[in-house]
Amino acid sequence: MILPCLIVVPLAAGVLAWAAERRSASAARWIALIAVLADFLLTLFLWISNSHGGFTTWYAQTDWAWIPQFGIRFHLAVDGLSLLLLMLTFFLGALSILASWREIDEAVGFFHLNLLWILAGIAGVFLAVNLFLFYFAWELMLVPMYFLIAIWGHENRVYAAVKFFIFTQLSGLLMLIAILGLFFLHHGATGVYTFEYRDLLSTPMSPKAEMWMMLGFFAAFAVKLPVVGLHTWLPDAHTEAPTAGSVILAGLLLKTGAYGMLRFVLPLFPHAAQAFSPVAMALGAAGILYGALLAFGQSDLKRLVAYTSVSHLGFVLLGIFAWNGLSLQGALVTMICHGISTGALFILAGALQDRIHTREMDRMGGIWSTAPRLSGAALFFSLASLGLPGLGDFVGEFLVLLGTYRQSIILAVLAAIGVLFATFYALRLVQRAFQGPNTHNWRIPDLAPREGLVMALMIAVLLWLGVYPRPVLDTFRPAMTRLEQLAPGR
Amino acid sequence: MNVTGKDLVALLPLLILAATAVVVMLAVAVHRSHAVSAALTLVGLAISFGSLWIAGPQLPRQVTPLLVLDGYALFYTGLILAAGMVFVLLAYGYFEKFEDDHDELYILMLVATLGSAVLVSSSHFVSLFLGLELLSVALYGMIAYPRHRPLPLEAGIKYLVLAAVSAAFLLFGMALIYGALGTMQFDEIGARLTRTDFDRWLVLPGMALIVTGFGFKLAVVPFHLWTPDVYEGAPAPVAGYIATVSKGAMFALLLRYFYRTAAHELAPLFLLFSIIAIASMFAGNILALLQKNVKRILAYSSIAHLGYLLVAFQASGDLAPTAVAFYLVAYFVTTLGAFGVVGVLSDDTEDADSLEAYKGLFWRRPVVGGIFTAMLFSLAGIPVTAGFIGKFYVVAAGASAAMWGLVIILVITSATGLFYYLRIVVAMYSEAGQVKAAPAIAQPETWVLIFLSASLVFLGLFPQPLLELIRNLARG
Repeated sequence: MILPCLIVVPLAAGVLAWAAERRSASAARWIALIAVLADFLLTLFLWISNSHGGFTTWYAQTDWAWIPQFGIRFHLAVDGLSLLLLMLTFFLGALSILASWREIDEAVGFFHLNLLWILAGIAGVFLAVNLFLFYFAWELMLVPMYFLIAIWGHENRVYAAVKFFIFTQLSGLLMLIAILGLFFLHHGATGVYTFEYRDLLSTPMSPKAEMWMMLGFFAAFAVKLPVVGLHTWLPDAHTEAPTAGSVILAGLLLKTGAYGMLRFVLPLFPHAAQAFSPVAMALGAAGILYGALLAFGQSDLKRLVAYTSVSHLGFVLLGIFAWNGLSLQGALVTMICHGISTGALFILAGALQDRIHTREMDRMGGIWSTAPRLSGAALFFSLASLGLPGLGDFVGEFLVLLGTYRQSIILAVLAAIGVLFATFYALRLVQRAFQGPNTHNWRIPDLAPREGLVMALMIAVLLWLGVYPRPVLDTFRPAMTRLEQLAPGR
Repeated sequence: MNVTGKDLVALLPLLILAATAVVVMLAVAVHRSHAVSAALTLVGLAISFGSLWIAGPQLPRQVTPLLVLDGYALFYTGLILAAGMVFVLLAYGYFEKFEDDHDELYILMLVATLGSAVLVSSSHFVSLFLGLELLSVALYGMIAYPRHRPLPLEAGIKYLVLAAVSAAFLLFGMALIYGALGTMQFDEIGARLTRTDFDRWLVLPGMALIVTGFGFKLAVVPFHLWTPDVYEGAPAPVAGYIATVSKGAMFALLLRYFYRTAAHELAPLFLLFSIIAIASMFAGNILALLQKNVKRILAYSSIAHLGYLLVAFQASGDLAPTAVAFYLVAYFVTTLGAFGVVGVLSDDTEDADSLEAYKGLFWRRPVVGGIFTAMLFSLAGIPVTAGFIGKFYVVAAGASAAMWGLVIILVITSATGLFYYLRIVVAMYSEAGQVKAAPAIAQPETWVLIFLSASLVFLGLFPQPLLELIRNLARG
């Protein structure tokens, strides 16, 4: 019963927070925070209580009939991969509530309703092992995200929100066609109507059909990830969203794309994915370079951070499709660490915008002299983002590079050049925004204790992952081994 | 042919409807009262709805060569009656704002509902035409009912011209088919079409003319030109009634006629339907983008939705009748709800149909704004609403028949459709913090709308009961 709770608690708390707004805005905030923390503790409990068992299979399941004649079931399950991402979900969820404690003062209850419902939708995506349910959750998380951007976003919010919504909807519908194609193929081969992940895994199909289905799934996940070329919604949405929205977009929504690749594209269509992997890896490497170059050219702080996401998620794509043990581990660590380091950068950008009412780096400079704690944290996360050894991002990118090297030396070299570019944009960010003379004479308050706590937690996690990533890798290992065995002809 | 007692029992829902129209007319002759007329109508519809359970055990039954009362007819009659009840509740609140006599509206509406019920039960060209005319003639009056306002009058006349033209097409088509095949009974037409000794050059034009006549009533492209004007001009609840009952009954008839005669499998007709479906999906969604008037947006969106339904219709197969039936139920609930919201916001001078009227609606009146959001998301096919399951079934029907081209066009155009639904949503949620909640206005229709939204969400989460019902009844 733990798994449905992970979805129901935020849903219910969202309604409660909305109702509580009438009494006081801070009641809504507290309800939301407590609900997300409760879910975080639940996932932590699941993790600790299963850690000695080695995470071998699905280790908690809920399976209820929904539309039985179509094989549509309310079927939730977790394995190591989804559990790690669930913990990340509620961790970042709690931090984004804390980060927007002061920023949001209009319609506070409705804001938290949307925020909690996004988290519920994301949890549904990570938990669903029925393809209909997965698609349901996949579409569901868009609506509150759309509201979050469209109502509480910055200047150009409506444009960004609509663009985000349409990109993801259209690609989601392509996935729906592929899901239905798979469903009818399975029916044709076995006579059974089912959307169950387990059953569909071994659907026999022609190479051509497999390739088309794979592309349908790939399209949906590639838009979310984002793969370069399909990424244009991302800079707009990340920049215009309120802080909590940016954190959740970068930290979690992008990860649902990577999760989809790992959970569905590779296992359901191993041969097509294998045939497609050179293209996907090339796209990943292109994303690394393209994102880094564009990040270097930005003057808007949030836009810069948004483009670094394109670059980092390029590593994830590269790692997934290089498809060996090292690269898969690297992709997972990159997913988690990118969620934290980029999330932190968005929180800092939000805190800064709250104080100086601009995101333009030209209007900044010399912030260090007036807000040293904020600037120090920014330096830390910029260094994490450029892949400084000792921090989590380094572990992930290093493993991806090692794994890629086995498949393609050229792509590994290109990706390594991307790491070099990361140094440029990260240091440029720190130099232009925080160091140098304080030409605009900013006098701003430094990080408040609440913000300091958020930063401290994120720093601690990144350090932990950088120095001792074993527990995370161990949790992921059984799922990874299964994926590795699926790789045809290796 | 003799009509037996059992036949009369099977006809009970239709008889009660007809009787109610007479009773309301007599009541109006004695004493004019908006409340009494509406209440009598509601009770009549409810009794007729209840009599479906009495008629049920007698089915399926062919009553005279004209009407076939089977599970399919029962299901759609029930849907039409339910929509009629919702209409009465919405229309009562809407028309109560006007200083005028409103009683005749309910008589007209009962006649239109009777016509729709005849349509979904018809198995013969004669009953088809009878039902259609009952429906159309009543609708002219309903559209132009606020006769002191220019827009409804204009809309009424437009609808009159259109319906007359489409009836002419239909009649001519029927005549050609009768000339070629010598029968007007659907099953017989189907049987004679399987032989090859008929004159193709009479049958095909005849079928094409019939499709044209149907096309006008369904407002699919290229027969859609009247729709936006009529929707804009008609009073909001009446526009909702045209969009749902009139089109829904017509679509149910289309399905029965073509599945019984299997005429849509003739290659030229299949192509014709494909073109109509594609054109409707494109034109409906793209033209809706250009509109600034909420009722016109809903009009174009209904054109697109009929296009989606045609995709399911084309698929035939096991899944198609289920997909169509579920989609129609979702579409009924959603469209009645959406026009209900427009009606609730309207006053006695004009309908609230400009986008301006919706700015900040959610902050002013959260309940109405929330309901409209649910309706728009259902039209867009977002999960947790019935529209999502409906769209899922339509796409599934298309995929099961491997009509990938149509399905992909459906997907792309419906993503385009998001633009204009979201535009209304954006307007409703704009101006956060600047608009204060308005004092609550007691409007009984709001409860109807809340009920519709609740059904929308219920069907979106638990479609199983309705799917069971459809499986038992509406498979035709």
